[in-house]
Amino acid sequence: MVDPLLVELSRLQFALTALYHFLFVPLTLGLSILLAMMETVYVMTRRTIWRDMTQFWGVLFGINFALGVATGITMEFQFGMNWAYYSHYVGDVFGAPLAIEGLMAFFLEATFVGLFFFGWDRLSPRAHMIVTWLMALGTNFSALWILVANGWMQNPVGAAFNLETMRMEVTDFVAVIFNPVAQAKFVHTVSAGYVCAATFVLGVSGWYMLRGRHIALAKRSFVIASAFGLASALSVIVLGDESGYALTDNQKMKLAAIEAMWETEPAPASFTAIGIPSRSDRKTHFAIHIPWVMGLIGTRSVDTPIPGIDELVQRAEARIRDGLIAYDALEKLKVDRDDGVARAAFKASSHDLGYALLLKQFVADPRQATEQNIKDAAWSTVPGVPWLFFGFRLMVLCGFVLLAVFAVSLWHTIREAEAPRWLFRMALLAMPLPWIAIEVGWFVAEFGRQPWIIEGVLPTFLATSELGIYNLLLTIAGFTLLYGVLAVIEVRLMLAAIRKGPEIAAVVEGLRPGRPAPRAAVAAPAE
Amino acid sequence: MIEFLFSYETLRLIWWVLLGVLLIGFAVTDGFDMGVGALLPFVAREDIERRVAINTIGPVWEGNQVWFILGGGAIFAAWPALYAVSFSGFYLAMFLVLSALILRPVGFKYRSKRPDPAWRARWDWALFIGGAVPALIFGVAVGNTLQGVPFHFTPDLRPIYEGNLFGLLNPAALYCGLVSLAMLVMHGAAWLAFKADGPVAARARRFGTFAALLTAVLFAGGGLLVQAGLLGGYKVTSPIAWDGPSNPLLKTVVADSGAWLANFRAQPLLWIVPGLGVAAPLLALIGFRARWEGLTFLASKLGVAMIVATVGVAMFPILLPSSSNPGHSLAAFDASSSRATLRNMLLATVIFMPLVLAYTAWVYSVLWGKVTEKSVEDAGHSAY
Repeated sequence: MVDPLLVELSRLQFALTALYHFLFVPLTLGLSILLAMMETVYVMTRRTIWRDMTQFWGVLFGINFALGVATGITMEFQFGMNWAYYSHYVGDVFGAPLAIEGLMAFFLEATFVGLFFFGWDRLSPRAHMIVTWLMALGTNFSALWILVANGWMQNPVGAAFNLETMRMEVTDFVAVIFNPVAQAKFVHTVSAGYVCAATFVLGVSGWYMLRGRHIALAKRSFVIASAFGLASALSVIVLGDESGYALTDNQKMKLAAIEAMWETEPAPASFTAIGIPSRSDRKTHFAIHIPWVMGLIGTRSVDTPIPGIDELVQRAEARIRDGLIAYDALEKLKVDRDDGVARAAFKASSHDLGYALLLKQFVADPRQATEQNIKDAAWSTVPGVPWLFFGFRLMVLCGFVLLAVFAVSLWHTIREAEAPRWLFRMALLAMPLPWIAIEVGWFVAEFGRQPWIIEGVLPTFLATSELGIYNLLLTIAGFTLLYGVLAVIEVRLMLAAIRKGPEIAAVVEGLRPGRPAPRAAVAAPAE
Repeated sequence: MIEFLFSYETLRLIWWVLLGVLLIGFAVTDGFDMGVGALLPFVAREDIERRVAINTIGPVWEGNQVWFILGGGAIFAAWPALYAVSFSGFYLAMFLVLSALILRPVGFKYRSKRPDPAWRARWDWALFIGGAVPALIFGVAVGNTLQGVPFHFTPDLRPIYEGNLFGLLNPAALYCGLVSLAMLVMHGAAWLAFKADGPVAARARRFGTFAALLTAVLFAGGGLLVQAGLLGGYKVTSPIAWDGPSNPLLKTVVADSGAWLANFRAQPLLWIVPGLGVAAPLLALIGFRARWEGLTFLASKLGVAMIVATVGVAMFPILLPSSSNPGHSLAAFDASSSRATLRNMLLATVIFMPLVLAYTAWVYSVLWGKVTEKSVEDAGHSAY
């Protein structure tokens, strides 16, 4: 049996590196699109202010992008390093989107990001604009493929267990790509990235407006960010709702946990706005219900009930019993590959094999499980309800506040020549919100998937590498230290660049003032 | 035709070749970035010289690094067992590589953001580590791969690794690390001689001459180590079913110290590959002395490619031998993805790889020309 401490440390390591990586990625996703938009305005109008804007926000983009790339390197190898059994068990399905991400997205993004920074003097404005768009396209494609991979963890379609190779193998790759969960998640996540970048540009521009600096640049940036932000925030919320709808088909337990819905309510279910869920008495105390709303979001109907946690646990118990048939048949087939009876039994029940594996946290051989083991395993399919309940509400709250911020910003900037100062202060204060929403959203999606690493197929506790604890302690400490130092450096550089404002591009990296004229005739003394 | 192309056997062979293409693509492109990093404190002394060296790779290292990322993704997709066993087995070594590589993107981007000399000196050392450490460790990993690493599978095919970091650091494997370091330093020097000018290029030629000689000698010496049985050798003793299931428990393999030379003995034409691995660095050496910059870089590329290819050719069809349970070794015929995944990935590669090569070539052509102290200073905000 796998050491529970090893499992917890492996999860901690993944959460730390993924959450950290995802501090930088959303800003990259959105800012690359905003840069491309600004540059397009420049190419269309030839007003140099728009080129200056592209270059200034480009400097901030670059500081952020470097850490996104640096921490992304870790992610690509983390599955093999810490999740070796997972990599073997589902690599046939999960690896492909990762490889295609490299081929289709990373090359595009990384090849053109160099030219974005180094190509200003070498390319015509139109060609440079195309380069910027290709870079933005690359970053957004990468989100598509990683969410195809992640969507499959949430809703493992188009794959089946192969007895010969003891792993999941793809049966329908098109179904994996067009997985509805992946598609909804992609648009939701990318839009969240756009909201993040819009809030960032809005906040920094607001700060300039408050200080009365770089007004021409800040004003235009403020307008474009509020319009882009409003559209993106609407998309996040609508597509968030779409993922909620998709959940009801395949991750009912996650939905029930998010809603702390212990019992199945008669349709249409009410939405619990707030309350205090308690796992021990399986009730949500002090709950304030809004009638009908949950049923409408979850099922798009007034007569389909949404199952509560208790009912879902009973269903899990039935699936564990069915999974035991598959497990038993699999063990028989290991001894005798030609056992026809076992093969038929496995075929009939193999879709529940993962549920039998849940018992391995209690007994080495699931066939020896007691009734109590089965009951406990069924209850282990309930993720941490209070965490999900409050996490989800925090995310949604941030989303709606941001929607309001963008709406008010756009309203004022369109209507009035002189926007009020409180507007800019509000923009500045809103800056942390997208990051909170995004990190919490990641947590709700992935913690809500527990105890599964692949929903219904493979429990998380079976998926790790067989590593010594000291290995994990060492690398967790190492990554924390390295990432911590880099975070401090990044934030300082970002703040310095913002404080210096648009001429940063010129001074620090050595264009015009503050630098001696280029030394003449230094070239090639050794030649 | 399609049937033949998409048979399991053909697909596995194609993906064995593509694995080599990826590793060579990584070594040939990101290899010179690592070489420049490893050389940075030595070929460039003043700040402006360092900026020249950094700016030769400034616009392209990022795209080059994708070969490494794609290598990870493609091994995951096409050889999942290899991905699972190697990266969890080489755990702490991988951690060192990743930590060193993480320093590079930030080093390039942040170094010239502040004029403070101490700040810049620290990042220069970070870039040195980001170049030299992975170059060394990749070679050590190849050495261990040749020797075989201690792992086995449970009947559920859960990989269990039995070694530790210190087992990886044995003398013969460290020797392979030196080969790799010398090779990538040669490659970085060839790039700098080609792309920089002035004192940076002059020093690069001197370091490059020495590194090219060292590469040729050390690589040839590696052949002697193989001959002496210090770098392992395994051969498959059961009949090979190229269209069999990807289950590494169904074959027998024995350790045999002469086995890594068996492919060359069976097909003498293959000696061309290691032959060029020695000859091309020697040609680069002459190129460094004669200042044929373009030719030097081409010869260096060829040398790097052939040295990497030699390892693959010697080991074929084995990918990662197990020293403790040779029968559980991973081979090209029993460690791949399913036929469907290999086919899907091949289609994706056929569509996207030509595009990647085309736009990468276009970007290099836009950036054509030497990076000089003047060009760095004139470029201002668009340079590192």
